[in-house]
Amino acid sequence: MASSLIIGQYVPSQSMIHRLDPRTKMIIIFLFVVFVFFANNFMSYGWLTLFAAFTALSTKIRLRYIAKGLTPVWFLIVFTFFLHLFVTHEGDILFRIIGFPIYSGAIAQGIQISIRFFLLILFTSMLTLTTTPIEITDAIETLLNPLKRFRFPVHELALMMSISLRFIPTLMQEAEKISKAQASRGVDFKTGPIKDRIQAVVPLLVPLFVSAFKRAEELAMAMEARGYQGGEGRTKLRALAIERIDWYAFIIFTFVLTGLFILRQ
Amino acid sequence: MNQTQIEFRNVSFRYADDQPWVLKDVSFTIRSDQSVAIIGHNGSGKSTIAKLINGLLFPDEGEIIVHGTSVNENTIWDVRKKVGMVFQNPDNQFVGTTVRDDVAFGLENRGIERIDMIQRIDSSLAAVRMKDYLLHEPHRLSGGQKQRVAIAGVLAIRPDVIILDEATAMLDPKGRQEILTTVNEVKQNHPLNLITITHDLNEIISADRVIVMNDGEVWLETKPRDLFTKEEALQSIGLDVPFSAKLANELKRLNIELERTPLDQKELLDALWTYHLKT
Repeated sequence: MASSLIIGQYVPSQSMIHRLDPRTKMIIIFLFVVFVFFANNFMSYGWLTLFAAFTALSTKIRLRYIAKGLTPVWFLIVFTFFLHLFVTHEGDILFRIIGFPIYSGAIAQGIQISIRFFLLILFTSMLTLTTTPIEITDAIETLLNPLKRFRFPVHELALMMSISLRFIPTLMQEAEKISKAQASRGVDFKTGPIKDRIQAVVPLLVPLFVSAFKRAEELAMAMEARGYQGGEGRTKLRALAIERIDWYAFIIFTFVLTGLFILRQ
Repeated sequence: MNQTQIEFRNVSFRYADDQPWVLKDVSFTIRSDQSVAIIGHNGSGKSTIAKLINGLLFPDEGEIIVHGTSVNENTIWDVRKKVGMVFQNPDNQFVGTTVRDDVAFGLENRGIERIDMIQRIDSSLAAVRMKDYLLHEPHRLSGGQKQRVAIAGVLAIRPDVIILDEATAMLDPKGRQEILTTVNEVKQNHPLNLITITHDLNEIISADRVIVMNDGEVWLETKPRDLFTKEEALQSIGLDVPFSAKLANELKRLNIELERTPLDQKELLDALWTYHLKT
């Protein structure tokens, strides 16, 4: 039961990366995603891979766990490689596979694009691995704050996210309860043709939705009774603070980017 | 201190024009030194009273005055600063992702400074003995613990009035006992006006005054001890007196008159074992 209630894939630890401000992590990851596309030779890709590997190691999360998180995308990475292998027509023809010519440029291209893909996913997964969902919510709220000037409902968005996070376990427990109640009345969720199994979900979803709406109404009333009147004039308990470690992270990242621009062609 | 805290003046209310009246011409006053229980069976209008007091609903007729302020759309935010409310469902009033965040919610809404907030969270969680659960998520707490957090959230805003709107109705006996103990402790240590809304007569024992609601009207206003002698009349409006009072009433019928109607089992026992000494 408890294990099924872990939200996201956050792994608690006290590593340097965990202790970084979530805003720092989000900004660096965003920039990394952009600058991966500037790498254009093996040297620059190697440099970025080195950086990503260094970061992954300093999270102190077991590599096997990180790799497990990447399993669903291995297929895509391999697929990308072969796609480029057959489609790119650059350089000399090296050999043929069942009549298809394989060019030397295609192998280089395939490897590079696959590495790019791998780096993107590895690096972005680092955010969810080392940051709690609520920290991410706080970071989004502060980072989007300038948009308030354009009447973008930043506070409301963040509150929505944090309330959803708070209710995920509650609704999961409820779904389990309902599915047991329905199973005891003879609904079969586990066997039979797919069509029947999909239909069996209906008596699970309907009560779940009804109760979710009821919860929403009661929660709104409770929030109002506790004095909630929108984001105006509200203070916040959870405070984010940029510390020295965040400046180190930015300096290291600037160094990495400089390296990238020296190494690329 | 001995002033009128809450006053209902000829209040009538219905949810829609084509629906029956939920409250019909209800008037009562609650003094600030009293703790009051409002009881009634389902649909008697008792929960509506709670929602009217802090402006979640507005009366169709009549007036409600809380601490000298008439409750209307312009004053609800002032009134809500004075009135804290704990609802029935432990899950559907827990807003924060952790205990600490949830207690902070009411403080954040009122723009309390962060340093002050941390201090208030600590002291109000200590008051309900939930300090060890500061960083727990709601799904790791029992129903009783969640309700204690809700009480802490209300205490943190330092209200004059706390309304418990069937706060124990969805709890198991252990959770219910937890809440009653907590509430009694809180009442002793804080100068508060407590309003308990319930259908369980076991929970009115510690109240100074009881308002019995039936069919949208005030059926009776009395003291708990006097109420327990009216067993048959209460049963006719769907309420049941506790076992100890029942036994005392039954003994009375056999001409064994106890000195006073016992409120709980301990009082009953004391009355019984000392009975012979007095006759």
